[in-house]
Amino acid sequence: MNNAGLRSRAGGGEASGATSPRWEETGLARSRASPDTFPKYLLLNAERFRGRPAMRHKDYGIWQSWTWEEQLAEVRAFALGLQTIGLQRGDRVAIIGANRPRLYWTFAAVQSLGGVPVPVYADAVADEMAYVLAHAEVKFAVVEDQEQVDKVLSVSGEVPSLAEIVYDEPRGLRDYDHSHLHAYTGLRDAGLKRLAEEPGADEAWHAEIEKGKGSDLAIMLYTSGTTGRPKGVMLSNDNLVRSALNGNAFDSLDENESTIAYLPLAWVGDHLFSYAQSYTAGFCVACPESADTVNEDRREIAPTYFFAPPRIFEAMLTMIMVRMDDAGRLKRAMFDYFLAHARKVGEPILQGERVGFLDRLKYALGDILVYGPLKNRLGLSRLRVGYTAGEAIGPELFSFYRSLGLNLKQLYGQTEATVYVTAQPDGKIRADTVGLPSPEVEIRIADNGEVLYRSPGVFIGYYKDEEATRRTKTADGWVHTGDAGFFDADGQLKIIDRAKDVGRLRSGAVFAPKYIENALKFFPDIKEAVAFGDGRDFCAVFINIDLQSVGNWAERNNVAYASYQELAQHPRVREIISGHVAETNRRLSREPMMAASQIRRFLILHKELDADDGELTRTQKVRRGFIAERYGELIEALYDGSTEKYVETEVTYEDGRKGRLAATVRIVDAEVYEMPGEPVREAAE
Amino acid sequence: MNPRPDHAQLTAPDDGIAKGEVLLEVRNVSLSFGGVKALTDVSFDIRKGEIRAIIGPNGAGKTSMLNVINGFYTPQQGMIVFRGKERRSMKPHEAVGQGIARTFQNVALFKGMSTLDNIMAGRSVHMKRGIGWQMLWHGPALAEEIEHREKVEEIIDFLEIEHIRRIPVGKLPYGLQKRVELGRALAMEPSLLLLDEPMAGMNLEEKEDMSRFIIDVNQQRGTTIALIEHDIGVVMDLSDRIVVLDYGKKIADGTPEEVKSDQAVIDAYLGVPHE
Repeated sequence: MNNAGLRSRAGGGEASGATSPRWEETGLARSRASPDTFPKYLLLNAERFRGRPAMRHKDYGIWQSWTWEEQLAEVRAFALGLQTIGLQRGDRVAIIGANRPRLYWTFAAVQSLGGVPVPVYADAVADEMAYVLAHAEVKFAVVEDQEQVDKVLSVSGEVPSLAEIVYDEPRGLRDYDHSHLHAYTGLRDAGLKRLAEEPGADEAWHAEIEKGKGSDLAIMLYTSGTTGRPKGVMLSNDNLVRSALNGNAFDSLDENESTIAYLPLAWVGDHLFSYAQSYTAGFCVACPESADTVNEDRREIAPTYFFAPPRIFEAMLTMIMVRMDDAGRLKRAMFDYFLAHARKVGEPILQGERVGFLDRLKYALGDILVYGPLKNRLGLSRLRVGYTAGEAIGPELFSFYRSLGLNLKQLYGQTEATVYVTAQPDGKIRADTVGLPSPEVEIRIADNGEVLYRSPGVFIGYYKDEEATRRTKTADGWVHTGDAGFFDADGQLKIIDRAKDVGRLRSGAVFAPKYIENALKFFPDIKEAVAFGDGRDFCAVFINIDLQSVGNWAERNNVAYASYQELAQHPRVREIISGHVAETNRRLSREPMMAASQIRRFLILHKELDADDGELTRTQKVRRGFIAERYGELIEALYDGSTEKYVETEVTYEDGRKGRLAATVRIVDAEVYEMPGEPVREAAE
Repeated sequence: MNPRPDHAQLTAPDDGIAKGEVLLEVRNVSLSFGGVKALTDVSFDIRKGEIRAIIGPNGAGKTSMLNVINGFYTPQQGMIVFRGKERRSMKPHEAVGQGIARTFQNVALFKGMSTLDNIMAGRSVHMKRGIGWQMLWHGPALAEEIEHREKVEEIIDFLEIEHIRRIPVGKLPYGLQKRVELGRALAMEPSLLLLDEPMAGMNLEEKEDMSRFIIDVNQQRGTTIALIEHDIGVVMDLSDRIVVLDYGKKIADGTPEEVKSDQAVIDAYLGVPHE
């Protein structure tokens, strides 16, 4: 019944032409060409994309769709409902939950009244949530379900500003005290009732929208903050609209795209991709049925525009490989054969390079037999633009997807920049760069290697944290990323490390340990690497072999070994690792910034770095400082020219007992290259 | 367009019995297999809208009791009064027809069929078209299929098993299979739901989930539930009234508080907490 009311309102009102004069009155006609807020875009889209889908949600096993004018009707009804519980201009509204249409509508409804949405990570524990809600001084919370209601109620004592809670999913909430708790549908119905009974309610709402300005605060996003408390990044309408329009133009996104919203609402990427870009370009956003069904739902929607962090692409690849292991012989043979061919010619074809006719023919056949079905299974058969960002993606993984003909690209961005800092343009894609500066973005590399940018997307500031704002954003609008990087020969940005971890060799050349370690770790034989060089003459590394990978090799080549220690010190293993180091050096030598930090000497550690011994963090990150202390004599040996060193190390076994491990570790001189890739001297061994 | 149904919940059929009235009565039931007495002169009732637990040590006759209620066993003495009708012997499918659905101690699903098909099977009792029409898969049979599919989707949404809709249940972990089995029983829209150890073999989180589903079924749909369960904590929290069996005899009957402090129950089953 309520839905029927919504429909007739949306359809009937506009079909009769009754709304046209109002466009003139409110002056919206003037700003129609380029609205400066999202509610204004919503009004525009309901006109220009009339009848086109704006939102989909799988519910009860069926994809439900809302057109732009239906979306407008939903947003209007909920906004009028929010007014009945006292929402006013400037009020902050927390939005907590999974990707559901009603939560996305809440953004527009709140913004239409001049309120500020504050999306909060739905999986935040109550304590973190309390801090964000209290810091943002939210007055309302619109949440998904009972779980979130409970969480918000449990911290409401610490959030004195919080007045009302609205929930979408009523299950389990029937017996709750509803004096400050409201069902979404209840407010929506109240809004519909006002629309039907109060003369001028609709006009007043349009007038509220008209009051919104581009410079207004549009949203506050709390950065998850690996160190210290989360900070509230304030983004204006202008920030989001300009960034979205630039992004749309860069990838030529229009109303024909479709995308699936499955990343956290509180993450700037989702807000840009699933809200700002959808409103500005007019494309449809699909919300999955539940977090567990994303893979199936993606397959049904087949998005044309898709974003995922590397770990998701990795999980998808693993899923394929596991399934292929169970497949029949013929299928597996086909898979292997055509994938090998794709590795050879897939990427060049995608980049538009010259590829022979026969190879193209074979690739086309592969597309029919293998790549096509595979892409369909992944839900990527219609993909036009795919992005990955957030962390470095393994080159193998990246090329796997690209070789199938998927236009997967990398971008580098930050909440403070409204996502875009750099992005890779079509045809210029590489696994190890993050692309060219995005439209209207200026980038500068500071003397210490830190990347600074200035753009229309640069945030207003951190909420209630003047000092942090000053530290991050200079008076003339440059923002410190905290990341060190450099531009390569093609003008693409490469991010090498956190700026604070970057040091210098004694010669003054930049030394980025993580960059070198990551380059080494791309070899499956190398599990862990620790690079030294800050304040030293040259770069030297400790290497941990990967027992599984090297063990496999040993088995295949009849190399007998009794322990990790013995395998690690095996001369043939040393040869293999030597080759990897030389290859890494050859790559480093091609980069002017990095050529000086080629690895001169390395050693293979006699034991695996282990969190139990304090050498790694519990999340398996190398604790460089601790290792430098613990293996001080080995580091000295790396730099004093000796060829081997006897060490004894205390180890902690899993049951807590301690033991000592003694070994003679060989130190190896590595091949070093001259800039553009000729060896200058042979290895000592 | 935009037909999102706002959770039109399945409800227990209106059987003309008001909430709190006796829905089912077990009257002086005795059951024996040869010389083994499984149940001896057991009497209790189940009221409309309550959660009734049957507890007791191993071999106390709990599952036998359920089997008598849904007609699988015929007691030598005594009778069952369900919705005012007295009966002694009945076939299980007649029980289903009268509105009694159950789940089993050892999951009894069609392992090779998907979750969806298993729950759909639970709807078959409500389908009017015969196998001929269904095989034809057109016209009225298709319309009926769609109608029932909507009900099944409501159950899938209710039990949060969207992600396993198409997966053969044999491949699912045990906890999920239990949930599917509950779904199939719910698909019958029973007025009395019998659950035989719904939480056996589950971890704490799965138990909490299952408890929530049982409470929701009871409260939102008004379904009367009789359950056997060994986790005493769960039983005390969930149920309105508990009947305790020991060696086939009823030794106590009452609210969780009454049962907890009953000396006979403590001796036979609960034991004394360590000081």
